[in-house]
Amino acid sequence: MPRDPNNPRALPEQSEWTFELIEQVHEEVRRVARDFGLDTYPNQLEVISAEQMMDAYASVGMPVSYNHWSFGKHFLSTEKSYKRGQMGLAYEIVINSNPCIAYLMEENSLTMQALVIAHAAYGHNSFFKGNYLFRTWTDADAIVDYMVFAKNYIAECEQRHGIDAVELLLDSCHALQNYGVDRYKRPAKLSLAQETARQKEREEYAQSQVNALWRTVPRRDEEEALVAAKRFPPEPEENLLYFIEKYAPLLEPWQRELVRITRKISQYFYPQRQTQVMNEGWATFWHYTILQELYKEGIVGDGFMLEFFQSHTNVVFQPPATSPHYSGINPYALGFAMMTDIRRICEHPTDEDREWFPAMAGTDWRKALDFAMRNFKDESFIAQYLSPKLIRDFHFFAVLDDDRSDKLTVSAIHDERGYRYVRQQLADQYNLGNREPNIQVWQVNTRDDRALTLRHTQFQRRPLNQQAQEVLKHVARLWGFDVRLETVDPAGKLISSLECRREKRSH
Amino acid sequence: MTYLIDRRLQGKNKSAINRERFLRRYKGQIKDAVGRAIKGRSITDIENGEKVTIPVKDVNEPNFGHAHGGVWETVNPGNREYQKGDQFNRPRGGGGSGRGKAGNSEQPTEDDFIFELSREEFMNYFFEDLELPNMVKTQLAQTIDFKQQRAGYNMSGTPSNIHVLRSLRGALGRRIAVGGGSRKELVRAERELQSLLDDKVSEEDARVVALKKRIHHLRTKLLAIPFIDPFDLRYTNRIKVPKPTTQAVMFCVMDVSGSMDESRKDTAKRFFILLYLFLKRAYEKIDVVFIRHHTAAAEVDENDFFHSRESGGTVVSSALHLLQKIIAERYSSGEWNSYVAQASDGDNWDNDSVMCKQLLSNTIMPAVQYYTYVEITDGPPQNLWEQYMEVARHHQNFAMQKIVTPADIYPVFRELFKKQIK
Repeated sequence: MPRDPNNPRALPEQSEWTFELIEQVHEEVRRVARDFGLDTYPNQLEVISAEQMMDAYASVGMPVSYNHWSFGKHFLSTEKSYKRGQMGLAYEIVINSNPCIAYLMEENSLTMQALVIAHAAYGHNSFFKGNYLFRTWTDADAIVDYMVFAKNYIAECEQRHGIDAVELLLDSCHALQNYGVDRYKRPAKLSLAQETARQKEREEYAQSQVNALWRTVPRRDEEEALVAAKRFPPEPEENLLYFIEKYAPLLEPWQRELVRITRKISQYFYPQRQTQVMNEGWATFWHYTILQELYKEGIVGDGFMLEFFQSHTNVVFQPPATSPHYSGINPYALGFAMMTDIRRICEHPTDEDREWFPAMAGTDWRKALDFAMRNFKDESFIAQYLSPKLIRDFHFFAVLDDDRSDKLTVSAIHDERGYRYVRQQLADQYNLGNREPNIQVWQVNTRDDRALTLRHTQFQRRPLNQQAQEVLKHVARLWGFDVRLETVDPAGKLISSLECRREKRSH
Repeated sequence: MTYLIDRRLQGKNKSAINRERFLRRYKGQIKDAVGRAIKGRSITDIENGEKVTIPVKDVNEPNFGHAHGGVWETVNPGNREYQKGDQFNRPRGGGGSGRGKAGNSEQPTEDDFIFELSREEFMNYFFEDLELPNMVKTQLAQTIDFKQQRAGYNMSGTPSNIHVLRSLRGALGRRIAVGGGSRKELVRAERELQSLLDDKVSEEDARVVALKKRIHHLRTKLLAIPFIDPFDLRYTNRIKVPKPTTQAVMFCVMDVSGSMDESRKDTAKRFFILLYLFLKRAYEKIDVVFIRHHTAAAEVDENDFFHSRESGGTVVSSALHLLQKIIAERYSSGEWNSYVAQASDGDNWDNDSVMCKQLLSNTIMPAVQYYTYVEITDGPPQNLWEQYMEVARHHQNFAMQKIVTPADIYPVFRELFKKQIK
């Protein structure tokens, strides 16, 4: 139904926004979202300018962040491409915090503001609140406070120990940021006050523990008795930054705290890296559904919808692999298609759907979607929900690239024999554990030169990139002694190794 | 519960500090780039920003990642003709289609990291570790130096600051204003009395008595108005104004005789501009005086200085005489920092060079902060150069340098104003 001018709630047909109109739009979106049963954190909408948007980009979207040259670098490159018109800015940035902060750019038209509100303030927001990964790993109540704590603490360190010392350490931590994540242990939730109070305590305690570990200086005559020395760590440790924070022999307490800060931030972003398809798909599905509903109610008109579709179709466009514009699978496209498909399977199941999704076909779509949103990450979501119809629609095909053979082989396509295979392959493609090299702390030579050995267990014989040697230098800087990186095959056979020797310290 | 907040008015330069950190870290590369830019660009647009290029590998933030090799099995959209089991050649160019995730590739992109320095930043790099000679002294003086300055009048102050004229003028005005009504009445009463008396009315007449009483009363009332009241007092108001010692005068002295050809003049011009730019950074206010000379010297405006054609011989001392005269007349007080930049091709009449030396040593050098002399020539040094060498030996604030091509200017400039060790 087109916009009904007699409807008192109808939005005026204009593209300029005003604060009153944004509030009105938000009220409508909120009402519709509530009727659909979306559960969200309270919203905080902030109108910002393009420059501020670039600022937000530079600090990975956080409203506060500590200072580091790399953020400056990101800002400069964003600014450059924005000024040259090579790149538009994202319409929205939303922060997983409580209240949930969503940025509205002042350049956006009223339609775009409505889209952003529905997408970010209700789509992403409800995902942050509902998805199990975010519930487990992030603490929306505390993140902004924690960033304030981190910023202040690092600024204080800069004053005390010099900008250079802090910068070098942060460089090293950033190099290992993806390896500062606990995949299985659940972090404790702490408020800012507790964090500050406990920081001091932790400093002293951590230092005493480190000293205890390194206390035993072997005497010559005892050496033989130590042959069977216990290996350390007893189990390999996947969280490199955690290990360094706890056991690096020479770090000062403030340095350990900095390692901890980068590790915490990395942990906070970990769920986002694992739920790209789902998160964007969910938000896109909801902005689409909510705005359609507003149109049905006659609140927005045809002009509004045309502008909305223009930008919506851009967002969910998936170029084929043969296109020069192809750069991998568009998470918005895949996510939106899958969410829409779940609704379709619930509402209008075909025989194929009944066979593939017997428990879901014909049930309440809102419940099915809600369940999917809460309990999956990209990998498992695809493995569970990618339907044969979507595989056909996308014309998915799997290509095997084995460096031992001269040619690439098409291993499966979108046909009866290939559905399950393609689905599994695509799911694996989103498994962060496969995407990033599996590198863990293997052993520390506690008795002799204190050398640290990392172990890279190869996946599918994939080699490390050439930056590995550089990263190793950073590890050596943090550890303070020699560092080795061994590459082994899945059976544990040593294939190659890299080494970074630490120069003798002068003190 | 929703908040709608307008953040646009808050600072947009949240990243300024990160930007500054970035510049700080890559200072070396940026300085090199600035150095190259200065060599390459015309001096007239020296005050623009600059695009700085840093090799991407230097700004790279390394991370562990996979490289090509081993087994990659990827799912891609948009299959058109393939069937299971089809084989085809690897796409060329390392990646492309079918390698969606290998973007973390080992070959760094060929692109350099390019960004723009603002004009301000560019100039800062340009001038870095240059400092005006003897500036420490001047700067120290500049912060403490205050000057008392009149700033109108005040209602309060110390008795010594009472401004008599203002106070009395105020008192007079007040007396007129306050007594106005009574005075008019008095005049009227007196006129009435006079007319009664003219009509021969008896002195004892009740009307006359009443009028006399009235007149007496009014007179007393007028007399009661104070001649001066505390309210009238005005005090001279004086305020402290920081004394602008941050002003400099720059003398450009150039030989415009026939031997100075266009390209030499151009070189000289660049030298002056550089000096000017630097002074502009250090001082709030700069006067520039242009003195050109051949056998006679004249003070001219900038356009004439650089563009008018002259010919004839060279008498350098004529310019120095004029310089000395201008300093004495206009810039003699301690409030001016005088800088002289002289450019010449080294030609001079033989016996004049000795005179120049004496003029410089005896009168000019004590009066100026710094004197720079560049000789734009590729020939052997002539007598003027030798005499100036003598001056340089005795005066620390005298610098001279020989330059040949425009490309030499920048190093010369740095040499002339190298940061002094405190």
